Amino acid sequence: MTVWKRKDLLGLETLDAEEIKLIIDTAESFKEISTREIKKVPTLRGRTIVNLFFEPSTRTRTSFELAAKRLSADTVSISASTSSVLKGETLKDTARNIEAMKIDMIIMRHPCSGAPDMLAKTISSSVVNAGDGAHEHPTQGLLDLFTIREKKGKIEGLKVAIVGDILHSRVARSDIWGLKKLGAEVILCGPPTLMPPEIEKMGVRVSYDLREVMKEVDVVNLLRVQLEREKRNLFPSLREYAVLFGLNKDVLKGAKKDLVIMHPGPINRGIELSPDLADGPCSVILDQVTNGIAVRMAVLFLLLGGHTS
Amino acid sequence: MNLLIKNGRVIDPVGKLDGIMDVLVEKGKIRRLGKGLKPENHNVIEARGKVVVPGLIDMHTHLREPGREDEETILSGSEAAARGGFSSVCVMPNTSPVIDKEGIVEFIFSRSRQAGLVNVYSVGAVTVGQNGTQLAEIGELKKAGVIALSDDGNPVKNSYLMRRALEYSRMFDLPIISHCEDSDLAADGVMNEGYVSTLLGLRGISSLAEESMVSRDISLAGLTNGRVHIAHLSCAGSVSLIKQAKKNGIRVTAETAPHYFTLTDEEVRTFDTNYKMNPPLRTQKDIEAIKKGLADGTIDVIASDHAPHSEQEKDVEFDNAPFGITGLETSLGLALQELVEEKVLTINQLVEKMSVNPARILGLNKGSLALGCDADITIIDLEREWIVRQEDFKSKSKNSPFIGRKLKGMAVLTISRGKIVYESMA
Repeated sequence: MTVWKRKDLLGLETLDAEEIKLIIDTAESFKEISTREIKKVPTLRGRTIVNLFFEPSTRTRTSFELAAKRLSADTVSISASTSSVLKGETLKDTARNIEAMKIDMIIMRHPCSGAPDMLAKTISSSVVNAGDGAHEHPTQGLLDLFTIREKKGKIEGLKVAIVGDILHSRVARSDIWGLKKLGAEVILCGPPTLMPPEIEKMGVRVSYDLREVMKEVDVVNLLRVQLEREKRNLFPSLREYAVLFGLNKDVLKGAKKDLVIMHPGPINRGIELSPDLADGPCSVILDQVTNGIAVRMAVLFLLLGGHTS
Repeated sequence: MNLLIKNGRVIDPVGKLDGIMDVLVEKGKIRRLGKGLKPENHNVIEARGKVVVPGLIDMHTHLREPGREDEETILSGSEAAARGGFSSVCVMPNTSPVIDKEGIVEFIFSRSRQAGLVNVYSVGAVTVGQNGTQLAEIGELKKAGVIALSDDGNPVKNSYLMRRALEYSRMFDLPIISHCEDSDLAADGVMNEGYVSTLLGLRGISSLAEESMVSRDISLAGLTNGRVHIAHLSCAGSVSLIKQAKKNGIRVTAETAPHYFTLTDEEVRTFDTNYKMNPPLRTQKDIEAIKKGLADGTIDVIASDHAPHSEQEKDVEFDNAPFGITGLETSLGLALQELVEEKVLTINQLVEKMSVNPARILGLNKGSLALGCDADITIIDLEREWIVRQEDFKSKSKNSPFIGRKLKGMAVLTISRGKIVYESMA
């Protein structure tokens, strides 16, 4: 049996398939807790977890906070606008100061790739990466894997498309690592300007034709496209982007009946995904959000070496 | 101080010398070369088993004074240079204020005289404040003593202005040292663009950002018959462009730095900001091309691009760290280890890259041990093994990716104008 040995969760690149399965299996057993009337177990009672967010986030931060609370951990949330970062304190100093308050874990979101790696080397408490630059977003990757397995019963052998701004997406990178390690086939779809160089070396296929891709995949994960990319001339307009890479009923002609549609949120309705599909029977977008709590509970539990009583 | 250096292997590529002999130094000049010279009132330096070469010249150094004396001063930088085997350094003008006026050149020289160690030469700015809009008073800078021009740190982005700079500087026979980077193509990148940047999600700088500017500068040098020297060349494409340009008779020379033939972008996987420099570390293929370019003479010079940065500025997120690493105290060791020990260059060729060619490009009466030359001499122990240690650095800054690296070969004595400025013979 796999035993969790790591202090930190920084990305899925460094995990092996067994470790990923361990997290997902653990999440499975935690999912039920959130359906109880009293949504709380004493597993992490007395532990202190700090949410340190240098980027705005509603979903991920709330999800981590609820996960911690449902395990009875004490939580504090710090956002960059209220922290001493504005006064010019370095990340390392901020981290050391928080650690001096005798905490057990820092969950960090940061706009710079590699910031959690630096944090993990600086402090002896556990570090969970809640998204760093365009590098990794491991808990999103894990909850995507969890959701796919829940809906499809397996991951190995599935064909999964990731559509959109791969270049700037930490979700895409974590998803690719996780899916490849668990034996899925990954097809990336988006304009060449939003494909990072040499991405094929990760063992993925690249296509520029969404209609063709939709004919063969079991799962499609749509990434949020940001308006600022248009300003940098990565594509001519959001309008044209929606025409070429937006998912709607018309594009789904020829797709598998049991297609699963995913999105890490927040959705640009009518751009990457039409509203009817977002709210339709193929969409598992809200299941992803629900599962996110179970997956994060599993991560906190494993990292803090919690014991079920 | 009069010196007699006994029994060393004396290498002087200019005088086509390579043999065991003695070197007699009097009044700061080379007085005699020969076998069995007898000391009179000379300090005798026993150099048996060691190599005696013309003092090394680093033609690309940032000493941060004036402006950032917390990172380096002309004194601390001179000490670092001497320890690294350099009897001369050329400081880049991207100080604060920028070296774009006679008075600032004079300040550099005055500080250098106070330090009294190595020869400190000054590069002057191409444009006022290195702003890339108005030519600096190049004639006045020449009169004050600058030996080259550069807006290093930035390219001269405007092609019209670069053309005029190359034309105008011709009458002073000053080379323009070009930091080749198309900043639009570089697009705020922080590392080499490739598979590693893709995995790390860091913004990439394509090799083309360098190559396109190298190509432009070669064309402009051809058009104007000006002299352009390509700074810190990092990629294979630049090597082949320069090779072709030289064949075509364009007046272009080029330098690379030791990190570009020792490290690749794979190192950035650790997010260690001591692997962040501009241009960025490239790939193994680029390393091979640079080594080939050094061996076949396409690349004339190895320069340190010594870029000291304070710990608090480097010890941050990769995106937020400044570009650059120190190099004065590791350049020779790395070149000996990676090029001479690995048989890419002979020690004689290395002396050309680190002394003879910089002197020729900059028009210095250095880079030779001929009689009457300034007694700038470096004694190298090719066999001495050492480990790069942070606590040994004379430089005020410690931002080196080579700390902990084991090297073979180092400077054990540095003489500048007849004066011993560094010694570790034992």
